[in-house]
Amino acid sequence: MGRLYAVEVVYRGIFQKTLAKNITRAIVLAAHRDGKHGISFGRYGDSPERNGIPAKAFAIVGDDEVTLEEGMAKYEPKEVDVTICVDDTLCKGVESWAWYGLQPINRLTKPGGTLIVTSLETPERLIEMSHRKDTPYKLAIIKAAASFSGLWVYKDDHTDARILGAVARVLPELFSLGSLQETLKEENPKTGELLAVSAQKQFDRTSTVGVAAGEGNTEVPYTFEMPKWTEMREGIAIPGIPAGAAIKDPVTGEVGGFQPERNPTFKKYLTRTMRPVVDFEKCIKCELCWIACPDSCFDVTPEKLYDANMAACCGCGVCEAICPVEKCITMVNETAFTDNASQWQAFRKDAPAYKSWLVTVIENRPDRSHGFRYRGQYEEQIKQEVSHG
Amino acid sequence: MAEAIATPPAREAATEKTSLITGSEAIAIACQLADVDVITAYPIRPYDTVMQYVSKLVANGEMDCEYIVAEGEHSQFEVVKHACACGARVFTGSSGVGWMYAMEALTVTPALRIPVVAMVGNRALDDPGAFGVEHNDALAVRDLGWQLVWVDTAQEALDTALIAYRVAEDRRVFLPCAISCDGAFLTHSQGIVKVPDQAKVKQFLPAYDRGDLLLHPDNPITVAPQANEDWLMEIRRQTAAAMERSPQVIREAYASFEKIFGRSYGNPFFEEYMTDDADIVLVGMGTLSMPVKVTIRQLRAEGKKVGFVRMRWFRPFAAEELAKSLGRFKAVGVIDRDFSLGAPYSSGVLATEVRAAMYGAGAQQPVIGFIAGLGGREVTVPDVRRMSEIISAAAEGKRQPPTQWIGLRE
Ligand code: SF4
Ligand code: SF4
Repeated sequence: MGRLYAVEVVYRGIFQKTLAKNITRAIVLAAHRDGKHGISFGRYGDSPERNGIPAKAFAIVGDDEVTLEEGMAKYEPKEVDVTICVDDTLCKGVESWAWYGLQPINRLTKPGGTLIVTSLETPERLIEMSHRKDTPYKLAIIKAAASFSGLWVYKDDHTDARILGAVARVLPELFSLGSLQETLKEENPKTGELLAVSAQKQFDRTSTVGVAAGEGNTEVPYTFEMPKWTEMREGIAIPGIPAGAAIKDPVTGEVGGFQPERNPTFKKYLTRTMRPVVDFEKCIKCELCWIACPDSCFDVTPEKLYDANMAACCGCGVCEAICPVEKCITMVNETAFTDNASQWQAFRKDAPAYKSWLVTVIENRPDRSHGFRYRGQYEEQIKQEVSHG
Repeated sequence: MAEAIATPPAREAATEKTSLITGSEAIAIACQLADVDVITAYPIRPYDTVMQYVSKLVANGEMDCEYIVAEGEHSQFEVVKHACACGARVFTGSSGVGWMYAMEALTVTPALRIPVVAMVGNRALDDPGAFGVEHNDALAVRDLGWQLVWVDTAQEALDTALIAYRVAEDRRVFLPCAISCDGAFLTHSQGIVKVPDQAKVKQFLPAYDRGDLLLHPDNPITVAPQANEDWLMEIRRQTAAAMERSPQVIREAYASFEKIFGRSYGNPFFEEYMTDDADIVLVGMGTLSMPVKVTIRQLRAEGKKVGFVRMRWFRPFAAEELAKSLGRFKAVGVIDRDFSLGAPYSSGVLATEVRAAMYGAGAQQPVIGFIAGLGGREVTVPDVRRMSEIISAAAEGKRQPPTQWIGLRE
């Protein structure tokens, strides 16, 4: 029996689907040039993909066809040699449609395997975001913002070629740089030469840092217990989410406002790439954010302020867009935060400290885009990408 | 109500009236007696006859229910599904391609554990457009969690409709039930029927209680959310368990029916006719029982020991009981008023199921399948004689083709 290789690409559906597919396809084709056999597939349970929802694509390669069969007919492999994360906010974990609970980004990464992340963050910050593992692994960073290369129209920013160059570097047994370059040329008759150059550059500059066992985010990701068939309510009926309750002010003890109950088994900690921060002192209590939020995220506080609850927010940015007061609600890159605590509670406990925290996260916010935050933002990012890569 | 239950049997019998009605009318009267809350209708022959009788009862003020004429069969079955989820006792039905047009709604009803009771006026599927009976319409849902029962007289149609509500709405079951009535032969022919007394029906049929599955603002639940491979097997197993509990509930319902109405159907799952000393038997469903019984009486006069087993409940299928019964005979002939093209031995649906049931019981007798009476073609006495001869030959050890078309111009 030969060796079986597995690579996963963790991406944001649906914007990065083509990117993920390009990467896994090229891995199989390049490995095939080196005499191996492989398959590439998207995880079925992620479909139909929703905007921003984490999803996965895989490349499974075997030294021969019999070995490959070991890795087939699965929704996903049990472990992978390389995890590729094409949106660094996903280092905080993956909440997919395909399962219940939150899975660490490095869950499938083999002992000694590599996590490759496209990011403008430091290795320290990415390790801090990723859940700790019992075994050591390596981290490689490709300096780039998350690529929203599109689904229908593929805006080729060379993220795929660069990532593939990095894979050839960290796992040379899988395929050689030469085979990769040949594959890129054959698959992309017009742009192949240039893609091969990008792959070469990234191959040359890729380095890894070791992540020790136990290093990283210490939080235990929330899990979900699957009931037996005899324990489930019959008739495909699930209990409705009960009505909510009033909120208690952490300082005065005043009770008022309203916090709706929320789905206890589907959180949205990681379905977002950005989150709103609210400058409560600027708020005119117009209620528009509460009305417009598609996910009913806003808890109404006793003094009728609106606190975006991070267990429910999908990061769509609608509240920022609708708030009539300038700089009252600001969307900030998810990488800037280390927890999901209530902003209003922090504000009530120490308003000046909250204000200075707010100013810091807004001023130092790492830029990012959904691809549609404002017209022309993507084009600006492409320029940045060129300078990075 | 309490007074009615306390009434002595002699006076109760006096309140039962006798009417000359069709199978469709009998079903309509059962709906009235069962105090159905919501009925949906969409015309297609021969089911539309039930629709006409029900609308007349409603128009005459003899029946109090929501009578909704839908814009197609799919909506017809969706509307009752939702009404039934909200605690309404419902009735609907269709025929042939109308039933098939409702297929998506038919498919989703069992897993949601919604006890819709429906009548199928059995009709050939198009093409060609034909009004006559074939059983392929109702049989199309045989794998999906619908309980399926065939009747052969207007009396049995009425009684079985009441029993269907009792079984479907039992919390142990909560599965839909379709009563098949052969188009023309039963839907359009009148027979003398004893119409039970309303008070007795109330006694027989408890109120439909959906309990914790009731869709109501006071019981906030979500029904049928999106689910993936982590859930579906468990859900299917739950529906399967409900079907496995159904036979016991059916037995209880027939026993209670006999006690309250004084009419016995013997074995609820199948009727045996002149089988006690029979050498060979024919098996079939629906109104072909009439020519089969007539022929058997003739054959018996000639000294030929032939019996008949008429299947009532096709789902759940009483495999063990049936195999035990059929194991007594030297050969078995199964008459299918349906087709299952490409099935094992090119047999019809019933023959394939009977063989599977007998194999499980280790039976070795030859089982010959007959395809007969398609599209409403009459199954005649000579046809039945022919089938009997084939089975006799098989019983004597003469090899017979496993499936034969009877009454075909050749
Ligand atoms: S970004 Fe704003 S509008 Fe969108 S889900 Fe979050 S709180 Fe609601
Ligand atoms: S939209 Fe802005 S101003 Fe209006 S209530 Fe929300 S946060 Fe306050």
